[in-house]
Amino acid sequence: MPVLDHGREIEDRWTDLADDAALPAEGGVIVSLERWRAERDALIARGQPVGVRLKSNQLATELVDDLAHLGVVALEFPKFRDGRAFSAARELRERFGYKGEIRAFGHIIPDQYQFLTRLGVDTVVVPADRVGPAWAHALNEISIAYQPALQDHGTVSLLRRHVKAEIKG
Amino acid sequence: MPDTTVPNAHSNQPADAHAGVYRYDEFDKTFIFERVEQFRAQVERRLKGEITEEEFKPIRLMNGLYLQLHAYMLRVAVPYGMLDSTKMRRLARIARVYDKGYGHFTTRQNIQFNWPELKDIPAILHELAEVDMHAIQTSGNCIRNVTTDQFCGAAADELVDPRVYAEILRQWSTLHPEFTYLPRKFKIAISGAPHDRAAVQIHDVGLIAKKNGAGEVGFTVYVGGGLGRTPYLGTKARDFVPVAEIIGYLEAVLRTYNQLGRRDNIYKARIKITVNEMGPEKFIGLIEEEYARLPRQKYYIDPAIVEAIEQHFAPPPWENLPAVSAKFEAAKAADPAFARWTRSNLSAHRAPGYAIATISVKPIGGIPGDIEAEQMEAVADLAERYSFGEMRVTHEQNLVLAHVKQDDLYDLWLALDKIGLGTANAGLISDIIACPGLDYCALANTRSIPIAQQISERFADLDRQHDLGELKIKISGCINACGHHHVGHIGILGVDKKGEEFFQILLGGDATQTAALAEIVGPGFSYDEIVNAVETVVTTFVGLRQPGERFIDTLARTGHAPFKEALYARA
Repeated sequence: MPVLDHGREIEDRWTDLADDAALPAEGGVIVSLERWRAERDALIARGQPVGVRLKSNQLATELVDDLAHLGVVALEFPKFRDGRAFSAARELRERFGYKGEIRAFGHIIPDQYQFLTRLGVDTVVVPADRVGPAWAHALNEISIAYQPALQDHGTVSLLRRHVKAEIKG
Repeated sequence: MPDTTVPNAHSNQPADAHAGVYRYDEFDKTFIFERVEQFRAQVERRLKGEITEEEFKPIRLMNGLYLQLHAYMLRVAVPYGMLDSTKMRRLARIARVYDKGYGHFTTRQNIQFNWPELKDIPAILHELAEVDMHAIQTSGNCIRNVTTDQFCGAAADELVDPRVYAEILRQWSTLHPEFTYLPRKFKIAISGAPHDRAAVQIHDVGLIAKKNGAGEVGFTVYVGGGLGRTPYLGTKARDFVPVAEIIGYLEAVLRTYNQLGRRDNIYKARIKITVNEMGPEKFIGLIEEEYARLPRQKYYIDPAIVEAIEQHFAPPPWENLPAVSAKFEAAKAADPAFARWTRSNLSAHRAPGYAIATISVKPIGGIPGDIEAEQMEAVADLAERYSFGEMRVTHEQNLVLAHVKQDDLYDLWLALDKIGLGTANAGLISDIIACPGLDYCALANTRSIPIAQQISERFADLDRQHDLGELKIKISGCINACGHHHVGHIGILGVDKKGEEFFQILLGGDATQTAALAEIVGPGFSYDEIVNAVETVVTTFVGLRQPGERFIDTLARTGHAPFKEALYARA
């Protein structure tokens, strides 16, 4: 499925692996949390990049001891209305200092894209029939942010902008 | 330097320059117009079929647009209930141009328009944006409009002006990236005074200002209150959170709820259910853990920000007046109808010679909270003449002019009376809260508005109402409890029994600092019986009361038994 980064389609360097699929000889794979736990040592010993998928009811804390090994954490949106992954992304970055890729997959709409990037999500997996200009557009519709987040691309937060105004005045 | 967007006292200012509303700066204006354009594009994508109705629904809801029984309904945010005359006139214009000439004030201090067309919504939002208004997050599973005390900035017992923190929270919660797809809606109420006029304990989070031993100001935080199908009063999570830390603490509350709140059943998705299923102690423990580890300095509210926002709510230039107005006293003595209005509709103001006037939007037999465009314009004019161009919407669906000179009260009342807004019934039996019910709402089981109208007609005699004293009737047309029946002194709940409307009576609710949930007194009454049943409750009270007792005082003393007896013994 197409993967978007900054609103543009990029080449996906990860293979999303089902629990019963054989490990490919080469290349990065993303596995479920359950498979990661079952095959952790083998996956690390494989010497290839590896990542984990979290379901929306699996909290970021499940991975606290694993993050150093993971090149990507993929957060699932079973329904776009299920906003747990927003907190999971933030916890990964802010609480656990995770520096690897965070991607979102599942049912996501462009109107959520800016929120995701503000919370530290790098890439979004989008079904082929839903790729379009709306995604890139969604990143630029709103230029003001009223609260601190993680990656405020060119936006201004309430808590900073008033202080700036103070200095200017 | 103070924020330069606050008007200078010596410039040519509009008549509502001193109204206690937040005035948008360039950032806010940029944001609000971007948001209007975003919604315009979303409507276009929906019309082109690029997004499904299921996907469009939360988008329109987060812009205040509902689909009701007969038409769309647009709920416009009135942040913490504050309006100036410019805004009120614009609301009147919207009612006239895009709706049927009226609007409806809600229990969340907002205003609803019941008949707009989808194609007009972007234009309406643009008109609102021109006067620093919006409909953002008046619906949807997000943090809703923060509500507060309608007497803020005027009441004598205030520790902090709750508008300052309500505005900070409005900004913080606006398009919050993490908390816009919560399990369910999330309502926050703030009281800046220990006397709670904001019903904070029936909100997902309630904040009440208090001073700690060192004299510092902070908030007591309640979580998990709410009405609906499963009513709960909020549990105290923290006795004291310093004002500067309140956003950080709320981030911890919301993050805990967003991760652990139920998403399998919409009737169990509010934070009150999570708190009570898990046990308040455990849930509060999780909030505390989250709070302890989040980067607090990031959320610390800089005193400079507080100061800048305080400028928007600076007290208007009150005159130095004697505490007693001879003109006011003479008018009361000369006109008993005015004197009666002063007894029910005035509250004490902190400045000598001023009063807080409640404008009843509950004329006898009227629809609670409904107001015509012409009335809105007339109130805007009166507010400019008598109250610095400022008005407040109350959670009891009335309006307040907070800064009226006692000298002006008689002229104000005469003018209000002329436009049907001078009813002397604030806090009395005909000052009824009612949800829209089956007349508008797709969820309702029964009508609600006609019951309110009939009770109001039955007790039309204002002398009788004044004799009965404070008595709050709240009516909901279904168990979702939008009419707050759980906290009515007399609550009425409409239920559907095999296709017929029935109405249960609840007694003893209280939405103030002595908050309590009302209890159902017995089997329901039919549509034709319910008004008689209410009258039975009232006459029972009159027979039992001791001098000086209000209805809830008598009820607390006697218990429900005599009322139950009177209601059901006949059968």
